This record gives sequence, C-alpha cells and structure tokens, in this order.
Amino acid sequence: MNVIYFAWLKEKIGIATEQVLLPHEAYNVADLVSDLKTRGGGYEDAFENIAIVRVAVNQDHVNFDHVLKDGDEVAFFPPVTGG
Amino acid sequence: MIRIQTHDFDVGLETQRMTEAQTAIGGLCTFLGLVRDFTGDKNLERLTLEHYPEMTEKQLENIEQEARRRWDLEEVLIIHRFGDLAVGDKIVFVATAAAHRKDAFESCQFLMDWLKTKAPFWKKEICENEEHWVEAKAQDDDQAHRWDILK
Repeated sequence: MNVIYFAWLKEKIGIATEQVLLPHEAYNVADLVSDLKTRGGGYEDAFENIAIVRVAVNQDHVNFDHVLKDGDEVAFFPPVTGG
Repeated sequence: MIRIQTHDFDVGLETQRMTEAQTAIGGLCTFLGLVRDFTGDKNLERLTLEHYPEMTEKQLENIEQEARRRWDLEEVLIIHRFGDLAVGDKIVFVATAAAHRKDAFESCQFLMDWLKTKAPFWKKEICENEEHWVEAKAQDDDQAHRWDILK
C-alpha cells in the first residue's frame, strides 16, 4: 500500500509518503494506525489524538473500520480547511 | 469545470466565458472567497495552502455531478487556489449558471458548503515569528449537514 501524509501529520512523521505491506486479510485503517503508532517518535505524536485525523482510501473519504487491500492509496490528514 | 491553480483569476472574465454564446442561461450566481486575517493581534504575513491533487480533482468532479443531478444547471465553474496567498487574495470561486435563479442560488451554496468540509485543502498561517495549521470549524460540518451529504 502507498501511505501518504498531509499537513501537520506529514510534519510530525517527517515524510510525505511510504510503502507499507498489507500484513494479512481483514486489516483495516484502525489496524494500520495501531501498527504505525508502535514505531514511536513522530508516528505516535501524529496519531495521538485520532479524533482530529481523517483518512481517505483511493481518494475517497472513509471511516477507520474501512478494510484495506493490497495496492490501496491510504492518505491521513487533519480535518480540511479549504475554501 | 474544475480548476485547481496557484495563479490569480479574473472574476469578470470567468463569468463572461461561462455565459458567452449561451442562450439558455437566465441567471448566474457566484461566490468569491478571500483570504482574511483571523490571527488576531499577530501579524499574518501569508497563508500557504497545501492540497492532495488527485483527491481534490476527483472529489470536486463528483460534487459537480451531484449538483447537476439535484439542480437544473447550464454551467458550473469551481476555481480553488493553492500555494502562497496574501491577505485579501482571492482563494476560491464558485459560479453556477441556470435558466432560473433558484437553481443557481441553491447549487452555489451547496457547492461551497460541500467544499468547505470535504475538499482536501489545508491552510497554514505564517506570521512574523511563528506558523501554524488552521483548525477546522464544527460549524462548517453543520452547514454541510443541511444537504445530507456527509457520511
């Protein structure tokens, strides 16, 4: 999977994009967040308050229970502030 | 039509292009969003807008189609800028043209309300000695909820 970070998530984690292997079937966004947080450092900081993190899979807004597939583009970002 | 760009635009020219050579348009409704200084007493130098290009395009195209399903529209134009902007700069423009004003007014508001809560843009304020990301407002969600478009 291609994982992308925007705004302060990108700044805290320190990278814009990375590849993450799908570890098993029935793996959802919340599982991915838990695994990323175990890396500590910027990841733990970025995902500390999940209430202010939004996620999109293949450019569509989804919830954290969305099940991921191999090859998905998963983007994490704060609530949007355009317009 | 969706346009995501760094450069400025001319509102008069854009609306003229939408209506010229058209005979079915009876009214055109526009919303122009400007960069305002909401930092209080801090000195706002500029605003930087980050976005997620592929998603912005996909989401805005979807919502243009949704507006066209709900209202009888002849033309739709959405322009959103990204990159560095100063206070007073134009940031977003939504224009809807229809035979009747009700379609034009309502769809213009629908598009703006939707864009505020779903289009992947993030504003960062750059002041003299600090910079920070702008926080989203709950009232934007409430306004979008009126249209029953949030999950």
